[in-house]
Amino acid sequence: MRSASLHDYTLHELSIALKNKKVSSKELTSYFLARINSYDPDLNSFITITAEHAYRQAEMADAQHKKGTAGPLTGIPIAHKDIFCTNYIKTSCASKMLDNFIAPYDASLVNALNQAGAVLLGKTNMDEFAMGSSNETSFYGPSKNPWDLTRVPGGSSGGSSAAVAARLVPAATATDTGGSIRQPAAFCNLTGLKPTYGRVSRYGLIAFASSLDQAGPITQTAEDAALLMNVMAGFDEKDSSSVNEPVPDYTRSLNDSIQGLSIGLPKEYFSSDLDPHVAAILETAIKQYERLGARVKTVSLPNCHLAIPLYYIIASAECSSNLARYDGIRYGYRCSNPLNLCDLYERTRAEGFGEEVKRRLLMGTYVLSAGYYDAYYLRAQKIRSLIMQEFKEAFQQVDILLGPTTPTTAFKLGEKIRDPISMYLSDIYTSAINLAGLPALSIPAGFIDGLPFGMQLISPPFTEGKLLNVAHRYQQVTDWHKKLPKGF
Amino acid sequence: MLNHAIDKVPGSAQIVGWQPVIGLEVHVQLLTKSKLFSGSATAYGADPNTQVCPIDLGFPGVLPVLNAEAIHMAVKFGLSIKANIPSYSVFSRKNYFYPDLPKGYQISQYEHPIVGPGQLDIITENGECKSVRITRAHLEEDAGKSLHEKLDNMSYIDLNRAGGPLLEIVTEPDLTSAKEAITYLQTLHTLVRYLKICDGNLQEGSFRCDANVSVRRKDQRQLGTRVEIKNLNSFRFIEKAIHYEIDRQIQILEDGGSISQETRLYDADKQKTRFLRSKEDAEDYRYFVDPDLCCVTLSNEYIDNIQKTLPELPHQKNQRFREDYGLSSYDASLLTNHPELADYFECIVEQKIPAKLAANWVMGELSASLNKAGFGIDQSPVPAARLATLLQRIADNTISNNIAKGIFEILWTTQKTVDEIIQAKVLQQVTDETAIIQLIDGVFAENPQQLTAYRKGKDKLYDFFFGQVMKASGGKVNPQQLNRLLKEKLNSNESL
Amino acid sequence: MTISLNDVKKVAKLASLRITEQEAHRYVENLQGILELAKQLKTVDIESIQPITHCIDLPQHLRVDQVTESNQRDRLQQLTEYVQSGLYCVPLVIESR
Repeated sequence: MRSASLHDYTLHELSIALKNKKVSSKELTSYFLARINSYDPDLNSFITITAEHAYRQAEMADAQHKKGTAGPLTGIPIAHKDIFCTNYIKTSCASKMLDNFIAPYDASLVNALNQAGAVLLGKTNMDEFAMGSSNETSFYGPSKNPWDLTRVPGGSSGGSSAAVAARLVPAATATDTGGSIRQPAAFCNLTGLKPTYGRVSRYGLIAFASSLDQAGPITQTAEDAALLMNVMAGFDEKDSSSVNEPVPDYTRSLNDSIQGLSIGLPKEYFSSDLDPHVAAILETAIKQYERLGARVKTVSLPNCHLAIPLYYIIASAECSSNLARYDGIRYGYRCSNPLNLCDLYERTRAEGFGEEVKRRLLMGTYVLSAGYYDAYYLRAQKIRSLIMQEFKEAFQQVDILLGPTTPTTAFKLGEKIRDPISMYLSDIYTSAINLAGLPALSIPAGFIDGLPFGMQLISPPFTEGKLLNVAHRYQQVTDWHKKLPKGF
Repeated sequence: MLNHAIDKVPGSAQIVGWQPVIGLEVHVQLLTKSKLFSGSATAYGADPNTQVCPIDLGFPGVLPVLNAEAIHMAVKFGLSIKANIPSYSVFSRKNYFYPDLPKGYQISQYEHPIVGPGQLDIITENGECKSVRITRAHLEEDAGKSLHEKLDNMSYIDLNRAGGPLLEIVTEPDLTSAKEAITYLQTLHTLVRYLKICDGNLQEGSFRCDANVSVRRKDQRQLGTRVEIKNLNSFRFIEKAIHYEIDRQIQILEDGGSISQETRLYDADKQKTRFLRSKEDAEDYRYFVDPDLCCVTLSNEYIDNIQKTLPELPHQKNQRFREDYGLSSYDASLLTNHPELADYFECIVEQKIPAKLAANWVMGELSASLNKAGFGIDQSPVPAARLATLLQRIADNTISNNIAKGIFEILWTTQKTVDEIIQAKVLQQVTDETAIIQLIDGVFAENPQQLTAYRKGKDKLYDFFFGQVMKASGGKVNPQQLNRLLKEKLNSNESL
Repeated sequence: MTISLNDVKKVAKLASLRITEQEAHRYVENLQGILELAKQLKTVDIESIQPITHCIDLPQHLRVDQVTESNQRDRLQQLTEYVQSGLYCVPLVIESR
């Protein structure tokens, strides 16, 4: 083992260390728990720390290593975004509504990672009910960006991102509905993968927008993401939207040559409006890829500017229905001394939900209501198919699409929270991908004024292997992803 | 003044010149073992909330997975009403808030239901066949149950039923009277039991009916405003409610008023319908396709397989009973109304028992005994084969019908065979003519005054003599023979 | 299309959300902003397009009809204090469904 501190190791390196008995899971667990203890008060990236549970899992993992029955993830500490149900453990979705909720079952993804021997250190902070792009709507207060504590880590998976960026945990799970894995990964200098819709089970993932939500890993490297995806991906009979597509070994194809790879640059992403610093970073990255043997081509996604309004109409419509179950009757927050049934519903929901959630509930209810359904929701579902078609056509010409993940680097805390529209517009490059159900990831591509900037790679459905391969090859010839924020 | 006429016997209002128009919605609880979207049990009568899992309770993060058997049953139904089964069907969410609806929406079908337009033929009062058009049938999940305690100011919710599989069957407004509506319901009730997709238990709520009632003048083309009536849980109540509603509407219209579109409840105690809510207050359900579920696509092969395995349908069995067994329309209907009863009957007939004899006994003694004991036919202590042995002895004249009734009672409570009982009680019918004549002579000798009176013209005394001979024989005399011989003897001018 | 204060209040009722007058005003502004963005959608020709219900071709996913869940009442009802004799309690429901 090289003599750097444990937190400098990637998940893959830790896995090897565990295998070679250079370190035990118990040691790793206590090491990272200590880091969380020291640094998280500044970051607020965790909502719940599960130390006892972690030690129990670490003990079992060490036993497996001793027996020789361990797998690549056995004994590896991870964190789950607090949107995944974890049996007997508080699952809050960063909302007052679920502040008292102890999940009575494990999400399928949680179960899979438990079976693989991963050790759960805690549940990470997020935007309330995954609605937000800055982690500022959380009931438990904002999470901070380790690169600059006055800035947001991104959202909605801000906590997972901040925790991995500060190396409080080697990797974490997250979810992405309009960019919630990729944007925080970009803001925090991490690799964040949103798999194809249907690739990873949604059972136990507290629903925001059912046709857009997808779970994925936030890691230090593409290689780490591949290791996690090997366990996270797969058909789940409990999830009717889960696709029965075989799961390849994502680590196998990481080192494949990308000679002849055709990379498409959507001209709409590279307009003259693009910030010159962003343009410079992307240009460097493109050259990097060309040196690796890839060819670059301009393509067009003419309707991609419609993604934001489409996304907000469809996502809020679905969430308005998904959140109707929160009424305080069977679980969760319940207002005190309701005068009557109507009061119970209206006040429980008014008191339990934060402002952004309420905003989207109102929006969603409005676009589905009689008289507006055709004009908004139905129209949006039709235009959505146009977006899908555009991507399909682009992929007939190229293998991968490349562009910026976000328009800017991490913005300051409080900068956009009062202006919802400006917050929504930060999803401009990411939300179209959820509408089309495609896999995409964000990887570190450079820095602007000391802040990380991420580039987004998009590929056709069920080609996560290719995506991770293309990201990995880049990470082999660059070291953006290895940089650590000061003070951690 | 308005309510006068309506408070009288239902159906008494002057309906000449008025045409009632009725459409019916029936929610049929499907006989699947598990719920529509979860693996919870569906059995009736369990302790509250013991048949619910996180999916039924609408916990955060849960997802629905469709029960294959529910599709199968829905398609079976569709094929039995000659409906179009679309190759593509979707589930939609019906959004509203109510404590017995855990998710705050019901998974139902809005556009693209699983069963398209079809028809159900009924036999009207005048014996005519009428095709009732069925608009559609769709699958949806059931809601839980609430108990309202005014004293505590609380309501108590049991979600055992939440998520259960329902098939909602909707007719066009083709029914023109309360009687016709009941006939349709009974026909549908029989059909779903034949198909084994529903147990038809109205008391337990597995067959629920809502009625849409309107009236229009006989020459009017346009339909009148319709009123929905809910809370109808017996055929008797449904008929009364529809009658009441028709009368109520006619009264209002005749007085120059107009009908408001509303939902009313049937009050069984007061035997009236009463206002529940107006249609203007009706909820906006904001239907949209449920993104958590796949579309249902059915192959022609799948549908053909179900078509091939459809059981004999009630109207087919009815026709066969009339044609093959020569049963009357009444008898055939009574028997075929209950598939188990029909099977029981056929089992007997297969033992070469005359159909009419079998029918009489199944509809008579057997049914009466079952009703008295509160048994279903599957709980009968006298299975078909055993009853057949008894009826065989009637058919071959060993015993009379009357004696057989006595034996039946013994069969009901013991395991003895018919022949054992006959032997033990020496119950064989007296068919020997000499013996019968001896008995008749005996009775004549004991009742000389009555004999004289009869011969003088008091014909009614015939029954007296008949009874006396029967009594003297301990009920064993063959009645037909006694009748013949007694008549001969009485009408002869023999003197003893 | 503009959204009015009344629209917001109606929608809040539909969504079972109590909002104050002040909040209603704020939400009108917010929602108006989103609808402004949505104006662009009107320019698209959707004449011959079918709405999509899922972004992937979801194959048929059915469950075998069998009971796989047991009685979990005690465990699940620990999640709320508002139960009595196994039943969930709410203020009296006045209007029948």
